[in-house]
Amino acid sequence: MQAKRPRSILPGFGLSLGFTLAYLGLVVIFPLLMVFVKASGLGWQGFWEALWSNRVWAACRLSFGLSLFAGLLNGVFGLLIAWVLTRYRFPGRRFLDASVDLPFAMPTAVAGIALTTLYAPNGWIGALLKPYGIKVAFAPAGILIAMVFIGLPFVVRTLQPVLEDFEAAQEEAAATLGATRWQTFRRVVYPQLVPALITGTTLAFARAVGEYGSVVFIAGNMPGKTEILPLLIITKLEQYDYAGATALAAMMLVVSFVLLLVINFLQRKTLVRTSA
Amino acid sequence: MSEQTRSTQDPLWTRVLLIGCTVGFLLLFLFVPLALVFAEAFRKGIKVYADAVTEADALSAIYLTLTVALVSVPLNAVFGISASWAIAKFSFKGKSLLLSLIDLPFAVSPVVSGLVWVLLFGARGLFGPWLQSHNLQIIFAVPGMILATVFVTFPFVARELIPLMQAQGNDQEYAALSLGASGWQTFRRVTLPNIKWALFYGVILCNARAMGEFGAVSVVSGHIRGETNTLPLHVEVLYNEYNSAAAFACASILSVLGLLTLALKTFIEWRVGLRRQKH
Repeated sequence: MQAKRPRSILPGFGLSLGFTLAYLGLVVIFPLLMVFVKASGLGWQGFWEALWSNRVWAACRLSFGLSLFAGLLNGVFGLLIAWVLTRYRFPGRRFLDASVDLPFAMPTAVAGIALTTLYAPNGWIGALLKPYGIKVAFAPAGILIAMVFIGLPFVVRTLQPVLEDFEAAQEEAAATLGATRWQTFRRVVYPQLVPALITGTTLAFARAVGEYGSVVFIAGNMPGKTEILPLLIITKLEQYDYAGATALAAMMLVVSFVLLLVINFLQRKTLVRTSA
Repeated sequence: MSEQTRSTQDPLWTRVLLIGCTVGFLLLFLFVPLALVFAEAFRKGIKVYADAVTEADALSAIYLTLTVALVSVPLNAVFGISASWAIAKFSFKGKSLLLSLIDLPFAVSPVVSGLVWVLLFGARGLFGPWLQSHNLQIIFAVPGMILATVFVTFPFVARELIPLMQAQGNDQEYAALSLGASGWQTFRRVTLPNIKWALFYGVILCNARAMGEFGAVSVVSGHIRGETNTLPLHVEVLYNEYNSAAAFACASILSVLGLLTLALKTFIEWRVGLRRQKH
């Protein structure tokens, strides 16, 4: 078989690729490079001085720690929801399926004020928790809830296609050989879901680290206690601490690039698995 | 039911338990917050609601939101069509790198997406002094908000079109060309009808994000009431002033936009799924 037809038959290659590269360069690449140019202008010493403070360290711990926790929670509940939506037939299934995308469709600021009002001490849920001394809004627990909200669709939407394409024959074979349903899930189904599960969890984690709108209202924003990384960038910017803001932004960009590489690698692995 | 399907079906109690957990989780995390938006918006009555969304600052925020979307969505739609034509119809080196670069803005925090424009066009930015000497303002003004929105909504249309056009292949375009159609005719009469649903899908997702974007726009907006506040920023201002009813009234408009987007998206998925079954 001939691999590829000559590229000259269809017109517009130069024009479309030229426009694509120019637009990509101007709108995305050049602005992002500016962050690294500015950050490298600080020199190593300036860079570390801008980052090395208790406040930054506390924000890093809070953002990365809670995002990891939120990603894991999303992994568990996302797997559950994806399983129920692809495997079971019940009234309202399609409605629930469509609603999973709600966190993508709702503007983040709206989600932010809604969650805050809900979990505030006088809110619908906050009032229920108050007698037990549980504080959610303006505490790390609130940040976690906002992060779970925003990350949920990633895990569900990554797992669904894998579960839909799963061959029934494998499960039937396990059942014929005497495996219980739980054993079949644990030994046959689950191992094949792992790459997609990690991809979804990583996507949810990456989103949670960078998320601003839905988290900032419920966080409380106490420096050193409930101040997330994206907010710290804005605070530094408002104090005209451009070096600090740039250094933080460069660090976050490096983290997201690394995560992107991990996700790409995992997705390629998932594709190989499912097409094999 | 046959024995085989029963062997791969979970027992009834498992199904009931798992469906119960799913419904409970989605209720708690998605539907209760959504219901709260509308409950809070109408808590003080229709009159307060109507006043909040027709007040001058709210109207100017709605107008600015529409303006920003009206500029940035078509730009990214043209980019999406152009990128998918180049990537799906031709083979060239570095294609997978290009694909990853197009997805890049999704991986960047909204705050950083705003910051990059401040570093370029802000008072102390790369072009800051030049802009100042020519009396031009980009940051803390509408152009900066458009740039930030273009950045965060950059991949939406392209990532819907590229896989579809790659799957469709080039055969129909070759046929049109061999029958004597010009390149433009081929695109307009053959390619465009084939991708119209995916294009529409990408555009509504792009639009929803453009109108709802908060973090990136917040960084480059000067938060000047009635001038550089989009609707999400106006919601923030009202909320921070403890004007909860008005904040949720404006938030309810954005929620309706989100719900409408979701409904359209589901409709298109259903429609395209239907067509796929027919073939």
